[in-house]
Amino acid sequence: MAPLLAVDDLSKRFGGFVALDGVSLSVEPGERLGLIGPNGSGKSTLVNCLCGALHNETGTVTFEGVNVNGMTAHQRTRLGMARSFQLPRPFTSLTLTDNLRIPLIYSANVRRGSHFTAAEIDERCGELLRLVGLDAKARRLPRDLTQVEMRKLELARAMAADPKLLIADEAMAGLSHSEIEDIIKLLNELNARGITIILIEHIMRAVMSFSQRLVVLVSGKKIADGNPQDVIRDPEVERAYLGQ
Amino acid sequence: MRSWLFTILAVVAGAALFGVSRFIENDYFFFAAYVVLQYVVLSTAWNILGGYCGYVNFGTAALFALGAYTTVAFHKLLVTSRIYPISIPELIVIGGVVSAVVGLGIGYLTLRLRGAFFSIATLALAVVIQTLVTNWDFVGGSRGAYIIRPQTAPLIGNYIQYLFLVMLVLAVISIVVARVIERSRLGYGFATIRDDEIAAEASGVPTLRLKLIATTLSGALMGMAGAPLPYYVGYLDPASGFNLAYAVNSIAMPVIGGTTTWVGPLIGSVLLGTLQQWVTVTISSAVSLLIVGLLLVAFVIIAPNGIVGLVRPLFERTKG
Amino acid sequence: MWRRRPAMVQGLAKPGGTHGDEASGRERAAAGRAAEAADARPRVRPPMSFPLDLLINAIVAGLMLGGFYAAVTSGISIAFGILDIVNIAHPAFIILGSYIAYIINSQFGFDPILISIAMVPAFYALGAFVYQVYYVSFERRGQEALRGLAFFFGLLFITEVVLVLVFGVDYRYVEAIYIGPTLHYGFIDLPLRMLVPCLVSLLLILVLQVYLTRTFVGRAIMAVAQDQEALRLLAVNPIRIKRVAFAISIATASLAGAFLIVIQPVEPSVGREYIGRVFAVCVMGGMGSLPGAVIAAMLLGIVESITATFYGPSWAPAVSFGFLLLTLAFRPAGILGR
Repeated sequence: MAPLLAVDDLSKRFGGFVALDGVSLSVEPGERLGLIGPNGSGKSTLVNCLCGALHNETGTVTFEGVNVNGMTAHQRTRLGMARSFQLPRPFTSLTLTDNLRIPLIYSANVRRGSHFTAAEIDERCGELLRLVGLDAKARRLPRDLTQVEMRKLELARAMAADPKLLIADEAMAGLSHSEIEDIIKLLNELNARGITIILIEHIMRAVMSFSQRLVVLVSGKKIADGNPQDVIRDPEVERAYLGQ
Repeated sequence: MRSWLFTILAVVAGAALFGVSRFIENDYFFFAAYVVLQYVVLSTAWNILGGYCGYVNFGTAALFALGAYTTVAFHKLLVTSRIYPISIPELIVIGGVVSAVVGLGIGYLTLRLRGAFFSIATLALAVVIQTLVTNWDFVGGSRGAYIIRPQTAPLIGNYIQYLFLVMLVLAVISIVVARVIERSRLGYGFATIRDDEIAAEASGVPTLRLKLIATTLSGALMGMAGAPLPYYVGYLDPASGFNLAYAVNSIAMPVIGGTTTWVGPLIGSVLLGTLQQWVTVTISSAVSLLIVGLLLVAFVIIAPNGIVGLVRPLFERTKG
Repeated sequence: MWRRRPAMVQGLAKPGGTHGDEASGRERAAAGRAAEAADARPRVRPPMSFPLDLLINAIVAGLMLGGFYAAVTSGISIAFGILDIVNIAHPAFIILGSYIAYIINSQFGFDPILISIAMVPAFYALGAFVYQVYYVSFERRGQEALRGLAFFFGLLFITEVVLVLVFGVDYRYVEAIYIGPTLHYGFIDLPLRMLVPCLVSLLLILVLQVYLTRTFVGRAIMAVAQDQEALRLLAVNPIRIKRVAFAISIATASLAGAFLIVIQPVEPSVGREYIGRVFAVCVMGGMGSLPGAVIAAMLLGIVESITATFYGPSWAPAVSFGFLLLTLAFRPAGILGR
């Protein structure tokens, strides 16, 4: 089976600073991939390069066999790659429902090839809000949300684009134990529906329980890639990340 | 309210305004009303890019004057040489197209970058277009050009009343366009660009394309507003065509009225336009401009959502 | 407006100030004398010498202009390049400096540059005040984009209108001992009214560069753009640092204003031409880099000067706009990164 996402020798520099150095990895359809690494290891840069927010200097990113180099972020989202932002970036002047409406009408619509009717849009927005537990605040503005609720909105908005691949960038930082459980449950549900998920996290418990495969990034290089139990016992990983 | 209903209401309102004006004898009313209506178009046009998308255009005067100078050029080309008596509606369309193309061009060059760079580029653009026009002798260069108004006007008879009607129609068109956009998918896209462009891109919004659409549309309306100007003033030179007053007013009126909806520019232009007419007549035009500048700074600091922003909470509270 | 404004490099075009005329006169006189001796016909100047000395003088004038442009841009390099504040009203502060120099110079006869140095504390205070308003109203609320721009545009506009109301649209100029005389080196002309501001400008840039790189506050300013948190950890209030930086940027406007009115007569709308120039130089110079700004400014000065000499002064603003577009088109990395 061809991989859903294939990253080949990806490099990114900021002036003299090498943020990513020849990173290669692949993600199979339906897989749950965890990505960990210390602060500054290049995880967010990797996400940005994958999704088109930054341009990589070398290497290729292939999604469903399509080379996405040179494609803008919105084109990649329309192909089926969605991401949530580490620091939530809601549309502050729109209600929660409208926040979800945007990816629906600008991404999912396009991929489906036909327009959702107004009723279908409302239904989908409502369903997604219920999924993340925010349907009570459907008509409110993002400024009325707590930090945790904004995280959930971020995820809901990424899901509204009807993605095949969802990249969740540190969605759980600062959440309580039960909230983390909620998110994991949510992600598992999505995965059961066929959505491939890349989970980028610091919270080891969550990453370990969720991931089928674990990738470790240190100083812009991939130093481990495999079964989570094997990876965390890898001496190099211990030294670079866990041992500190 | 559905868009077609709004369009009908807007047309009816415009027609009513026109009907009332038929009873007014004083020509000065039409002169003043023309200016106010012109600002309705300019501020609504500016707001499509500025208020809806969050990209500040300082070059309103350039796009406006391009429309005016296109008229001068075509007038000299066709009317003075008696080739074809080109009419104002035709000139409006041409002026709109010219300004739309220029707006698209400058947008294409700068909209890939941060909003601040777009704004700076529009400032510089205004200076450059003014330079080009000033050096173009066919339209009078720095000495200016005289445009002779036709003796009679189509439909009405009195030319200034005809110009008033033309600008009234343009005002209605621009308001309807603004409102239709605001409630449409396009308008939602614009709002996301304003709120968070990066998140918009990540959500699938083709931000560059939308920004170009906004710039083109905005530019077209500004050019259309400028096209009748030479007939209105009779004499056009770069100093008056590229007058900074246009740039300031097209920003101040939406900011003071409120930038997020079509109502804001309308309120701002009617209030400020009328105020300026009054102050110009009673004190001086320089003082009226000073007042506009001061109000702009005051509102931007104290009431950033404009009059609409101040009034809206009152409505929401009464609704309970 | 165009027909009234004298060219920045009009020193080259004005009769009596141009090397070109003098040299050609001298040459012609010499050639004429020789010709008279040999042949009664008047001798035509060989075509090759004409562009070259004019060109070199244009370049020299451009270099001097560039020094001045660097001083004008230094404020923006700090405000926009380092602090990321799009102060499009900067030219208004410069014009303000010009008019203050004019008032005091015409009343008391003091040297305009010395006046501007004396006014630096006042401009510093003004800058601190403006930043405070900007910070409280916009930066703190996270609304710098639209509101901040509108705010500065309003300031630019108000300044211009007030100056028109108070002083009218006539050109104003200052008197100083170095306005008028010109140094001659061979065929190269160095009008002192351009040379002196250029040299003082470069001195100003040097002082600023030393301040930014060697003093604690200066280095904090360079750092504040990149990492406010790190500054906080050092118990330095980033807001105060930014205020100091912005105040400095406005203080430079006082000096730049004096330079401006020494180089050319000034009227209220002159400021607007400089917006394109300062941002072009700032961006091309690499945003916060002062040495970079100097190089970019000289480049711009030379291109403008050559354009003005060979194509006419009214095309000079188009040059700076072209510069701006080129820099925006070809240095996206420096721009998108912020």
